[in-house]
Amino acid sequence: MPAVLQGVGTGGGTVFGPVARMAPAPVPPAPRTVPAAEAPAEAARVRAALKGVAEALDQRAAATTGPAAEVLSAQVMMVADPALADRAEALVRDGADGPRALTAAFGEFRAALGAAGGLFAERVADLDDLRDRAVARLLGLPMPGLPEPGHPYVLVAADLAPADTALLDPAQVVALVTEQGGPTSHTAILARSLGVPAVVGCVGAGALTDGQPVLVNGTDGTVEADPAPEAVAAAAAREERHRRRAAGLTGPGRTADGHPVKLLVNLGAPHELQAAAAADSEGVGLFRTEFLFLDRTEAPSVAEQTDAYARVFAAFAGRRVIVRTLDAGADKPLPFATAADEQNPALGVRGLRTASRDPGLLDDQLLALARAAGDSTAEVWVMAPMVSLPGEAADFAERVRAHGLPRAGAMVEVPAAALRADGLARACDFLSIGTNDLSQYAFAADRTLASLAGLLDPWQPALLDLVHLTATAGARHDRPVGVCGEAAADPALALVLTGLGVTSLSAAPAAVPDVRAALAAHPLADCRALAELARTAPDAAAARARVRERLADRD
Amino acid sequence: MPQRTVAVGSRSGLHARPASLLVQAAARQPVTVTIARQGHAPVDARSLLSVLALGAGPGEPVVLAAEGDGADAAIAELAALVAEEHDRPADETAGAAGAAGSGE
Repeated sequence: MPAVLQGVGTGGGTVFGPVARMAPAPVPPAPRTVPAAEAPAEAARVRAALKGVAEALDQRAAATTGPAAEVLSAQVMMVADPALADRAEALVRDGADGPRALTAAFGEFRAALGAAGGLFAERVADLDDLRDRAVARLLGLPMPGLPEPGHPYVLVAADLAPADTALLDPAQVVALVTEQGGPTSHTAILARSLGVPAVVGCVGAGALTDGQPVLVNGTDGTVEADPAPEAVAAAAAREERHRRRAAGLTGPGRTADGHPVKLLVNLGAPHELQAAAAADSEGVGLFRTEFLFLDRTEAPSVAEQTDAYARVFAAFAGRRVIVRTLDAGADKPLPFATAADEQNPALGVRGLRTASRDPGLLDDQLLALARAAGDSTAEVWVMAPMVSLPGEAADFAERVRAHGLPRAGAMVEVPAAALRADGLARACDFLSIGTNDLSQYAFAADRTLASLAGLLDPWQPALLDLVHLTATAGARHDRPVGVCGEAAADPALALVLTGLGVTSLSAAPAAVPDVRAALAAHPLADCRALAELARTAPDAAAARARVRERLADRD
Repeated sequence: MPQRTVAVGSRSGLHARPASLLVQAAARQPVTVTIARQGHAPVDARSLLSVLALGAGPGEPVVLAAEGDGADAAIAELAALVAEEHDRPADETAGAAGAAGSGE
């Protein structure tokens, strides 16, 4: 194994710590028939495994508070469910071995919950996790799920799913390393929201062992195993310098020569509101409204929406809040807004397209936004996702203004929209580039596929060309052009985006101080030179390397 | 056998908090209480998985039944629990959904 592993960095600086691996799901041995004489003992082992899992989770629940504790308590009740143990025992007495009996018993409840649909079906993932834990316990295998080494650690996993990370303790996890995943994967987004470095798509990370010391560089995307003490010390000193520089800066984003670049935060769920509002930013660059609509069989009422929006506007009184209207479809299907029979949901009726099929959904949302905005001092801007044509932007802007909302914008996520950004800019008041989807559509690469992570790299020069086209068109019509994808969270890339003509950057709150510090250290002319270096590079790796090299010269 | 039909009061149905509260209360009763959707086989109200697997949505009538000493009181207590709203305001229950959302 080479001493330095290379993956895709997601920012967050450099951290040194010991590895703790997330064990994979247990693989049961070949099935065997349990003779009747052995059945009572096997059944007792099965019950003991279930009890053991319940006790371990119960201990964790006792040490936790808030929503995480409630999730754990519900899991304890499930794994300790007498009906589950009875069913597993009955299967053992019919001749099944322990692991098979557990798998089948869980499977029966899993099928029933799946058939119940809706919120009930979402518990299926919990059952799978509990089944894996119970089987691992029975077989004496390492417990799947998050490790608990009892000290801060670098979490190493094949990949992380949202369910794995719900219980992740930000005080314990100092960095994330995954073998799979790309720069827009769940792991990357999570790492940015926690403000910890992550390296995703890191081939060879599977060979790292528990307790092994590693130096994780989220900027360069490297993981160095067993690093020399000098390397650790140098990294720590560099981090300390950056931290001091970032801590000394506050307020609106500016380049070294005073060119303003608005620094905004992304907001997607009510539990993020407090931290987002507390962050030193000029407002929200992307307020995702899907949380109101997910897990529903029908759309929320105007009154419920008004309440939810009013809470956000109150937290951002006096600041800007850019609201994205419902972005249903593709990876966020909603039963009342998404057709079940689409072959290619990412290319289907999603985003603003939903509103042409179901105008009431958008009108209700705009009505609620207008009511909430009317009672607030927040500067409420509204933008539509998945705009493809200038005509769509014009129609949307007309509907927004008809509700008395002052500013209407279009997201640029479709290459056609970037190519015709002139028309878009003329049709509405501002543009906002969603780099994650723009990458997916420009490179015809599914953003959920780890194997295509290279194409989805936000440093791809072709993507930067599309950003440049959009920003230039915006400037021609005197329209602000923001970037609200993951690209805006990378300080070096933020300089490039600024050089391309982007006027605001919206990222996870934890990413903002580093972006502010990077801007403050470079005049606009430098940003433009960096942008030119990146845009004329032959590929993403070269673009990144050229810019990092130029920046290192001055660091 | 004493039994009672009651409509589910919580907004998300007999799910998460409402289901947990019911199961915990059922475990405290001196008698076994069963719960069923109308026209379906009853299940033990002390089993969270069985209660969840009912898939009882908001407003849906469910039948509580029990036998023996204290059956009436047990049914009354659980019926009151089923009929109440136990979901929290939307901002808290919806919390986890957006956190797992995509970057843009």
